[in-house]
Amino acid sequence: MTTDNSGDVRLAGISKTYGSFSAVHPLDLTVPQGSFFALLGASGCGKTTTLRMIAGLEEPSTGTVHLGEQDVTHLPPYKRPVNTVFQSYALFPHLDIFENVAFGLRRRGIKSVKKQVEEMLDLVQLGEQARKKPHQLSGGQQQRVAVARALINHPKVLLLDEPLGALDLKLRRQMQLELKRIQTEVGITFVHVTHDQEEAMTMADTVAVMNGGRVEQLGAPTDLYENPQTTFVANFLGTSNLIKAEVDSGSGDEIVLKAGDGKLTLPKARCSAPTTAGGTVLVGIRPEKISLTHADDAGEIPAGRNRVSGTIAEASFIGVSTQYVVDSAVCPALAVYVQNVDRDPRLVPGADVVLHWSPAHTFGLDAAQDIDAGIETVEEEAA
Amino acid sequence: MAVVTEAPPPLTSTSPDKPPRRRGRWTPYWLLLPGILWLVVFFALPMIYQASTSVQTGSLEEGYKVTWHFATYWDALSEYWPQFLRSVLYAAAATVLCLLLGYPLAYLIAFRAGRWRNLIMILVIAPFFTSFLIRTLAWKTILADGGPVVATLNALHVLDVTSWLGWTSGDRVLATPLAVVCGLTYNFLPFMILPLYTSLERIDGRLHEAAGDLYARPFTTFRKVTFPLSTPGVVSGTLLTFIPAAGDYVNADLLGSTDTRMVGNVIQTQFLRVLDYPTAAALSFILMAAILFMVTFYIRRSGTEDLV
Repeated sequence: MTTDNSGDVRLAGISKTYGSFSAVHPLDLTVPQGSFFALLGASGCGKTTTLRMIAGLEEPSTGTVHLGEQDVTHLPPYKRPVNTVFQSYALFPHLDIFENVAFGLRRRGIKSVKKQVEEMLDLVQLGEQARKKPHQLSGGQQQRVAVARALINHPKVLLLDEPLGALDLKLRRQMQLELKRIQTEVGITFVHVTHDQEEAMTMADTVAVMNGGRVEQLGAPTDLYENPQTTFVANFLGTSNLIKAEVDSGSGDEIVLKAGDGKLTLPKARCSAPTTAGGTVLVGIRPEKISLTHADDAGEIPAGRNRVSGTIAEASFIGVSTQYVVDSAVCPALAVYVQNVDRDPRLVPGADVVLHWSPAHTFGLDAAQDIDAGIETVEEEAA
Repeated sequence: MAVVTEAPPPLTSTSPDKPPRRRGRWTPYWLLLPGILWLVVFFALPMIYQASTSVQTGSLEEGYKVTWHFATYWDALSEYWPQFLRSVLYAAAATVLCLLLGYPLAYLIAFRAGRWRNLIMILVIAPFFTSFLIRTLAWKTILADGGPVVATLNALHVLDVTSWLGWTSGDRVLATPLAVVCGLTYNFLPFMILPLYTSLERIDGRLHEAAGDLYARPFTTFRKVTFPLSTPGVVSGTLLTFIPAAGDYVNADLLGSTDTRMVGNVIQTQFLRVLDYPTAAALSFILMAAILFMVTFYIRRSGTEDLV
């Protein structure tokens, strides 16, 4: 299976424009055979349009779509070896579950479908429901029928368009694991479109973060999280603290920056911005990487760590951790998540504290970008 | 309400509570009363009156008496069965034509018309703004002997074929079965299009995409998804066309001849010219029973109650 690349999806210079509006800017993307690939972004970022171009439901304005060696750019959907799990499932209401699942097989002229359909229904644990109509099933069951209906055709690529969007949170988590299990079991390439960053990170091997019709960054979930290249990715995936700092000197593998009165160091490899002396860089740090020490104990902080001093503005206890908002001279409202291992009773709103973290966890971004990119969109989706 | 009664007020718990509830219980019936009265006065009573008329004997001069003379039914049926048969055939032909013409148009309006949708809908309904009689008379002009339509059909030798089939006679279209069926089709077409459109328009466009995604070619998608989902519209459309067409007499009267008389024409003549009220009433009941029977059979067969 590893040498077979018939399940590769290759998009070359693919774009889609509606009148003067560019839904997808020219885009190159390769999804290797057998991988679980997620297109992540807020609504209107072009992720669904990209998926629909792979499915053949949307004709690209420019560029080509290859599946393995085959150019499918101009093939109608019914001739493409791909299947789609639609948002809100699009199950045929007049057919029962069995016939819904058998639909693709029957269209390809396969007469004896019974065994295959029953096996597939067992895979998604719906063997008992075969003779029910879609509207008699719950949302989660309908979702599984939609997956079964697509998978039974053994497509080269399975496309999933926000398949879990209509489910409640608990069922969603359960279905994420279920889909991941099925993908591992059948070994088909999955391309999954979602706006839920947690969903993308739990399920996918590779995530492409899309924004405004472009891919902002592509990589493994840990890569994207630990080393974001743009402010959008830094803010859209989890939370980031971004501090405006001035480049002081760059020596060897490290860059030294000036933020307020203090100095911050940043590994050169983790900085995606140009670093000429005197230029501005956004220094990023994830809230959970920061340690919080009361100002009285500042002397105990090991040397070589980045430090920022400030005052606790808010503290909220969440059980496993406590989330602090710290106001400092270099950046208002820094977020800090502290594991509740040994709670320091002095860390209450109003207390003076020193934030410190390892330079290795710091990342640098181009300051020419919008520092708040990706923040609003997350809130919109949540609302 | 339930919450209020569960927590019993200590003192005047029974008396102030009961009167409003009693009044509330009767409200639906009061609201139904006008409708029920209307039905009784204008539907039930005339039906009973007609039923009694159909079993009366007598004459205009001596007056009619109820004699339970059921033979009128048998006589009416044996004398006028050709007109009955013709009514069913013409109405069926018109219904099939309406379906063939109306389905593509309804499909177009529902899926392809885009911003033209409302305009086409208005065009479909527009003929209703003129009277039924005027519209039918207009067809007299359209199909007039030697007119452009007939001349064209004649030149294309279409009339030779229809004439051979017995639908037209010679180089005339007017006063032939074809003219009557054309008139029926035209007059009842909107009754076919509107329910078809309503049921097509309700179909989720993603189902078409899903079918295409599952290897169905466009025509297969239509056959396996679109058409099955539109059957409620097909059933109500055919009923709304067939039932009034079977009882219609205006088209046969204006566009047909004595050879194209439908049962509606017979009933009209019996009531208004021959003044044989029992026969006319019996014919009406036979027509009603026949349609009820056919419709019941049709709905059973099409299994619409099973659809979503």
